[in-house]
Amino acid sequence: MSDIPVFFLHGLAYAGLLFLVSAGLTLIFGMMNVLNFAHAAMYMLGAYLSYTIIMQLTGQFWMALILCPLILFVIGALIERFLLRRVHKYGHLGELLLTFGLAYIVTELVKWYWGNYPLAVNITGFLSGTITIFGFIYPIYRIFIFLCAVLVGGVMALILYKTRLGIILRASVNDSEMTNTLGVNVPLVLMGVFAFGTALSGFAGVIAGPLLSTFPGMAQEILIDAFVVIVVGGFGSLGGAIVASLLIGQLQSFGVLLIPKLSVALVYLLMAIVLVVKPSGLFGEEQ
Amino acid sequence: MLEIRDIHSYYGKSHILHGVSLDLKEGELVCLLGRNGVGKSTTLKSIMGVVKPEQGSIRFHDRELVGLAPYEIARLGVGYVPEDRRIFRSLTVHENLLMGIKNGKKENIGEGGWTVERVYKLFPRLEERKNNKGSHLSGGEQQMLTVVRTLMGNPRVILVDEPTEGLAPLIVKDVLDMLATVRKSGVTVLMVEQNFKAAIKVADRYYIMSKGQIVFAGNTEELLAAEEIRKNYLEV
Repeated sequence: MSDIPVFFLHGLAYAGLLFLVSAGLTLIFGMMNVLNFAHAAMYMLGAYLSYTIIMQLTGQFWMALILCPLILFVIGALIERFLLRRVHKYGHLGELLLTFGLAYIVTELVKWYWGNYPLAVNITGFLSGTITIFGFIYPIYRIFIFLCAVLVGGVMALILYKTRLGIILRASVNDSEMTNTLGVNVPLVLMGVFAFGTALSGFAGVIAGPLLSTFPGMAQEILIDAFVVIVVGGFGSLGGAIVASLLIGQLQSFGVLLIPKLSVALVYLLMAIVLVVKPSGLFGEEQ
Repeated sequence: MLEIRDIHSYYGKSHILHGVSLDLKEGELVCLLGRNGVGKSTTLKSIMGVVKPEQGSIRFHDRELVGLAPYEIARLGVGYVPEDRRIFRSLTVHENLLMGIKNGKKENIGEGGWTVERVYKLFPRLEERKNNKGSHLSGGEQQMLTVVRTLMGNPRVILVDEPTEGLAPLIVKDVLDMLATVRKSGVTVLMVEQNFKAAIKVADRYYIMSKGQIVFAGNTEELLAAEEIRKNYLEV
């Protein structure tokens, strides 16, 4: 039991990663009403691109941290503009099938190009070191993940609540047609949101590489937890995504410590309880 | 200023508007009357580009509106106040008003233009509640807020859909007075209304719709004289 602080820190690191993946997912769902099944595939693509950039091209982790989100931003913008926007008129089913198909295509392309086996991304320098915290020697990298998530969450909250763009985004979540009739170029805003969410997912992928290793199943693995986060937190709620990520991070971490046999089931249990008690999620608005 | 010629609009496969034509002149308050489901709201949505007319033309100050996106039509100076109010629930009253300002800029607001300060001066009740969530307002207050939110964009014409629906009689008068004030400030108004007794107090001209077509056009005297038409198309 003396390991509790370590498991707590592990939980924070995983919560940070989960938040980075689910923040984009919940934003896209809130704004566009699209449950993006390709989201985790983009996270995986980010991780593999970072492998190429770090291990084969530049040797620089920071380079991948900047380049991968940019590449995925462009990919996200293109997907929204030329695919998602076209199937929008066929309703939810069309959008669901499209993102589902994209997830498969990206996964298969990744296997074809990078191979169907795990690849290790090694970090060097300051981030690969350790520090002593609560009397334990702890890897700096895991703390770095949590700090990245705090930074991204803070910037997103500032934009959402303190800027004109934020007012437009929150208005579009409520009623995008009304926002359009007030003179806001909503299609452009939606493209930006989708691109930003995809970029964020790629950013999370870069960060996940050195922590969890890069393998073709990594998308499936995080997708389920990310879906649980946005259901528990409430669809479209950034605050909800923060709280639910922290909850599920700790649940996963302590689950392994306390009841290893049931640890996989714990997140579903949490989701079931939230759905029974408050179906719209902890921070979701009642419809 | 606004000329609508023979527009045909569809909701999915159902043909709603069968060749609607109507005109608005600068500074008028025109009322579009008719029973439920005859295409009044669809007419406003077609002007705004929310529903895309398959045929026909809508010209606004010599610009063709058919084929433009709602935000482009809004930027040309057409304001839209939908039915059911559609306040942004999770935004405060103040933020709702800011949403109405086009591109967030204060340009093009000459003498008599609408600003947040002016709205608060005119409707102190909204200022008292500026930091409340939009969803916490009463029905009448929400209706006022939707109208002034659209006015913040300083449109040259506003399309108002059933502004008095579901409001208590005393509030109905407030809302109609407000629209009269808006017209006085130089904004042209096209209003959809079911309640012709309320409309007659404020409007200059009327169109009556039935089954997706215009069946009557005239001023107040002509409408009062046309007893047969009122009986057939308005009174239940």
